[in-house]
Amino acid sequence: MKTILRIGLLAGAVIFAAIYGGTTYADEVQLQTPKYQLNKETIVRGGIFFAQNCLACHSMKYIRYNRLATDLGLDKKFITRNFMTPKGAEYLRAMKTAMPPELAARWLGATPPDLTLAARYRGTDWIYTYLRSFYWDPDTSTGWNNHVFPDVAMPNILFSYSGTVDDKGQVIKKASYNSQEYDQKTTDLIAWMRYTSDPSIIVRRQIAPYVIGFLVIFTILAYLLKRAYWRDVH
Amino acid sequence: MSDKRGFWVWINERLPVSGFLKASMTEYYAPKNFNFWYFFGSLALLVLVMQIFSGIFLLVHYYSSADQAFDSVQGIMFDVKWGWLVRYIHTTGATMFFLVIYLHISRAYLYGSYRKPRELLWIFGWIIYILLMAEAYLGYVMPFGNMSYWGGEVITAIIGAIPGIGDWLVSIVRGGPAFGGATLTRFMAWHVAFIPLLLIVIVVLHLVALHTVGSNNPDGIEISKKLNADGRPLDGIPFHPYYTVKDIYGVGVFLTLFAIVVLYAPTLHGLIIESDNYIPANYLQTPPDVTPAWYLSPYYAILRSIPEKGLGIAMLGLSIILPFFLPWLDRCPAKSVRYRPVYFVMLILLAISLLVLGWIGLQPANPALLPYARVALAVYFGFFILLPIISKFEPVRPVPERVRS
Repeated sequence: MKTILRIGLLAGAVIFAAIYGGTTYADEVQLQTPKYQLNKETIVRGGIFFAQNCLACHSMKYIRYNRLATDLGLDKKFITRNFMTPKGAEYLRAMKTAMPPELAARWLGATPPDLTLAARYRGTDWIYTYLRSFYWDPDTSTGWNNHVFPDVAMPNILFSYSGTVDDKGQVIKKASYNSQEYDQKTTDLIAWMRYTSDPSIIVRRQIAPYVIGFLVIFTILAYLLKRAYWRDVH
Repeated sequence: MSDKRGFWVWINERLPVSGFLKASMTEYYAPKNFNFWYFFGSLALLVLVMQIFSGIFLLVHYYSSADQAFDSVQGIMFDVKWGWLVRYIHTTGATMFFLVIYLHISRAYLYGSYRKPRELLWIFGWIIYILLMAEAYLGYVMPFGNMSYWGGEVITAIIGAIPGIGDWLVSIVRGGPAFGGATLTRFMAWHVAFIPLLLIVIVVLHLVALHTVGSNNPDGIEISKKLNADGRPLDGIPFHPYYTVKDIYGVGVFLTLFAIVVLYAPTLHGLIIESDNYIPANYLQTPPDVTPAWYLSPYYAILRSIPEKGLGIAMLGLSIILPFFLPWLDRCPAKSVRYRPVYFVMLILLAISLLVLGWIGLQPANPALLPYARVALAVYFGFFILLPIISKFEPVRPVPERVRS
């Protein structure tokens, strides 16, 4: 009984560390946590939106198109039509922008970063809040600025969903879509980027119950075996 | 044993397999009163084996050049079949190794397992711990993410504070004036060949020393002093099958926890893999806070709590070296904490000081935390300084003749 209590204590410590561990950054902007579901549907929707709106500038250099077929159960035709938007995209190669990085730096002021691992590096809260924190600023070259990432070179790609606001949040131009669609577009993007940052999450979650179930049964049997052997120790 | 069969006889005439199994398993007697704290030695051995095999797998796909290291690690994560699983096992294994080792060391502190006649056993163990810290640090640099780079930079810079030969030594370790590609290749050689080979040798010595003196137990008394008519310890049981079956049960619990981490929280929210290691090394961009992995953070807190760099490094070195002397610092007639109420309080304070230092070491540099770090540091050193005096005079409860089961 004591041993079980101690194991419980140890497990508790691991779970506590999992929840509260690591460092958080105290930014001036309060980061919002996206309410999203990570499933094949949201990932595919986010991925298509990414391919059609972001992939012109941002690569996902560790994601090959063909892995979308195995991970997400899509067929080649669907992937070719919806995801392979850049010129020269090949099914077995990575999702790379058609824009040469040197030219991109010259045209845009900075090379748009590769976004495969962005959700791991920045965290989904940061990306979500960043996407929703653009405001109109006539002093910048693009006309856009951002509360989370001041003076960022990227313009507000989602302006037709977010509408145009000034730095105080006053609406300058209304959004063409309703707020529900805006929420869905941003959370789908988060789901997609969470997936690309570690695609193993799909397989991990699929196999976890079986692996852990097997180990629990193994442990119970090992415990019974131990008890049987130890009966004669006193 | 039915060892009359032809092949078995043939082998044993040429290699003492049967004798070895008897001496170290079926006729090796261990105290019968091992408790929870005695699972971690065998678990440490298990993790060592897991790290070696997962490491060999990773080595197949890893390139140790500054240009390719980061991409090759991502290649393992994205393109190599089941590569993510092996890498997560290796990264989780590093953290679990320290968790297991810290519990294993705690056991030695609790029951006085470092005391005579186990001084060498303890010293080999502490060398293993120091080698593990080196191994973990070198491995941390391998993926060449930005945290790898800056962590590597900071730690190698520490070596430069050694008076006289510091600068020369830094250039040897880094393979040049700056931390870069040349550093990565030599770190790889040390991480993959030098330290693991040393580690295996010292682990073997640790086990040989253990089997020479026999295990201590929660009562801290020698079972070899009370023998039966056949010359076997009255309170001893053969390691095999009793402790092999018990350890298999321990392995089951451990692997279950391990699998939960690998499959549900492989980065453990930055405790195992930091977010700053998801961008490649960049010498122009320092991460917001350079903090070490959790298992080294108490030492980092010690380093930061002292404003003078040289003194800080001296204290850091001293805090790692002091435990070597533990067998001679402790002079109490009883070994186990069960019979030493004052020692029990001292251990609690020691544990709290290490937890406080560990927590502070993970926080961004913050002057408000300095006093706490210094108090914890004083408690840590106080334990070793006061132990010889207190252990000489501390009250001792009567120690039984035989182990309590």
